[in-house]
Amino acid sequence: MRKVAMVGAGMTKFVRRALETPKELSYEAAKTTLDSCGLSLDDVDCVAHGTAPDAFDGIHQNGEYMACGSGGWNKPTMRVFVGGATGVHAIAHGWYHVASGLFDTCLVVCEEKMSSAMPHAQGFFLTIFDSITERPLQPNLLWIFALEMNRYMERYGYTKEDMALAAVNNKRNGLKHPASQFTDEVTVDDVVNSEMMAYPVSRLDVSPVSDGAAAVLLAAEPVARRLTDKPVWIEGVGWTLDTAYWATRDLSYPRYLDKAARMAYDMAGIREPHKQIDIAEPYDPFDYKALHHLEGLQLSPRGKTVELLRDGHFAMDGNMPMCPSGGLLGVGNPIAAAGTMKACELFWQLRGEAGERQVPGNPRLGVAQAWGDLMQVSSVVVAGI
Amino acid sequence: MAILERITRNIDNRYWDPGTKAFPVKNRYTAGVAGQWFFEELKENGKIYGSRCEDCAVTYVPARIYCERCFKRLEKEKDWLDVGTEGEIHSFTAVHRTKTGEEKEEPSLVAAVKIADGLLIHRLAGVKPEQVEIGMKVKAEFKPKDERQGGIEDIKHFKPL
Amino acid sequence: MKEKVQVSGGTGLSAKDVSSGKIFVTDDSLDCAYAWDTGVAVNRYLAELKNGRIIATECRKCKRIMLPPRLFCELCYVPSNNWVYVQDTGVINTFSICHVHWDASRIGEGEKPHLPAVIEIDGASEGMGIMHLLNEVEPDQIKIGMKVKAVWKPEAERTGSINDIKYFKPIE
Repeated sequence: MRKVAMVGAGMTKFVRRALETPKELSYEAAKTTLDSCGLSLDDVDCVAHGTAPDAFDGIHQNGEYMACGSGGWNKPTMRVFVGGATGVHAIAHGWYHVASGLFDTCLVVCEEKMSSAMPHAQGFFLTIFDSITERPLQPNLLWIFALEMNRYMERYGYTKEDMALAAVNNKRNGLKHPASQFTDEVTVDDVVNSEMMAYPVSRLDVSPVSDGAAAVLLAAEPVARRLTDKPVWIEGVGWTLDTAYWATRDLSYPRYLDKAARMAYDMAGIREPHKQIDIAEPYDPFDYKALHHLEGLQLSPRGKTVELLRDGHFAMDGNMPMCPSGGLLGVGNPIAAAGTMKACELFWQLRGEAGERQVPGNPRLGVAQAWGDLMQVSSVVVAGI
Repeated sequence: MAILERITRNIDNRYWDPGTKAFPVKNRYTAGVAGQWFFEELKENGKIYGSRCEDCAVTYVPARIYCERCFKRLEKEKDWLDVGTEGEIHSFTAVHRTKTGEEKEEPSLVAAVKIADGLLIHRLAGVKPEQVEIGMKVKAEFKPKDERQGGIEDIKHFKPL
Repeated sequence: MKEKVQVSGGTGLSAKDVSSGKIFVTDDSLDCAYAWDTGVAVNRYLAELKNGRIIATECRKCKRIMLPPRLFCELCYVPSNNWVYVQDTGVINTFSICHVHWDASRIGEGEKPHLPAVIEIDGASEGMGIMHLLNEVEPDQIKIGMKVKAVWKPEAERTGSINDIKYFKPIE
């Protein structure tokens, strides 16, 4: 397999409701990415793109619809679709297009326009539950997260305040991100006292509904070296899917992520991720998920994550900054685009181009992760310079 | 029941119906950056706008903010143009059934109307199905200005010239 | 350090931009309905619920007793054709107290919060939970690890549905 690098990245602002159509959002992210590395569409050999459920954008076969905005006109174009995990999975998907030797460059574009879904994007998740054995109970999407969060907290004796620390950390980081949809810092009290949605989930434990797109350009080694003196290498990719009988899993530990992370670390030759990884972008649609995922990513011992967080281990100036981008909680959560935004962040951070939110100490190795479907899929990418 | 056993009577195979009439959600689509400008011209001025990529020598209708062939940004100031309200029938169909399958009293005509290098899908009026021909010249008929809302239905239909 | 972050597009709209008609929007809905076949295993599960019993299947290989019953064990990938009755009691694995509806609107004043839970059913393998609802309990009294029992609809009202169990309630 050939070595593959990220050589360009770009994204739109993340906003609550965008004027742009899904095509136009994809175009803005894709075009900015090409501009960032001085390439034109002619230089793109293939397109790997992703959006999560068609239902958000309200367009069946949304991949085909938005393909021309992703630069896919008259090119080999393929969509990946694993719910929230799509954004990072698309990087892995693009990676094997190039690593296989089939293509020299691949434009990876992910987009989501959740504002199209009325009255609320959450409603479109009704059919994610088993239609026969669960949906008659009239569930709503928040239930599964609340149930998982409660089990996770119970297992290790974590409190709501503990979980809120992750929201505070990520939202603070996000204020420095030019694409963020937020302007205000929050405190632990703000999070804990925000209105209760489904215990233990309060409003500020949750990332927002957003519209946006993000993209990266992948290139094979010789091309990458010609294009830039700072290629960001894809060192490893991994993805795994656990059982869809979600109520029969141990909700306190993300086994699917454990396997995906080990796959990526093996490929990258990483033996001790908690020592070797410099920056981490765990998927954080909820504050507890950031911590839950750090454990699954083998970056923090089970049940010790809050302690490390309190000690500043995951702060911007700590040993392993968590979500320097701000993550979904701090930038926004246009589902598929949010995962790709995390890969963009690795690109900028590892090249020392993240400006105001640059992690000090020349980080050299980072990991980004996303999670989705019926809480059962994780995708992981390890990138290094 | 083991994996090789079979349900042989359909009636034995239970199914569950949520009891709701429909999936209780809807979608709201913005027209987008290009769509917003395109529909403003339809609504305010009764004009159809396209955008032209000189490099590729293609005029897109409806107008877009980018050329899908070369990815050039198409600027409203430079690359947009009034393409007139006339076009020709690129293809058409006569629809005899409603979407739920009932016979319509009168078949309705739907055409792909070629204007510049773009195709607009719209209704045809003022012509019988057996008279329609591919290549026929047609012209857009607009709703009165005060009824126009900034949508594709601001054009009532296309009519042969 | 030079900032080279590349951000373009993403034009934010306010709710008023839309409601005032300044920004053109098109509304549409799918207007379609579904009916789902229950499948072989769940068909029997529902039929037994109608009888007031919970039935599971056992994996031939790993011997897990699985709920909801399934024709194959997805972990071992072998048929699981041994049917076993399990209890209608269990333990709360996790729960939530939910103050919003499916469409994210808040439940009304005086309306009781929804109490979903994952319940590990006695007689099934450890960790084998099903999602259901709790009732006859004050929300602030619910604890993980609490023992609960199914409250069934009267036999005549049962239809062969997961709702034939009205909810689970705590027992001593």
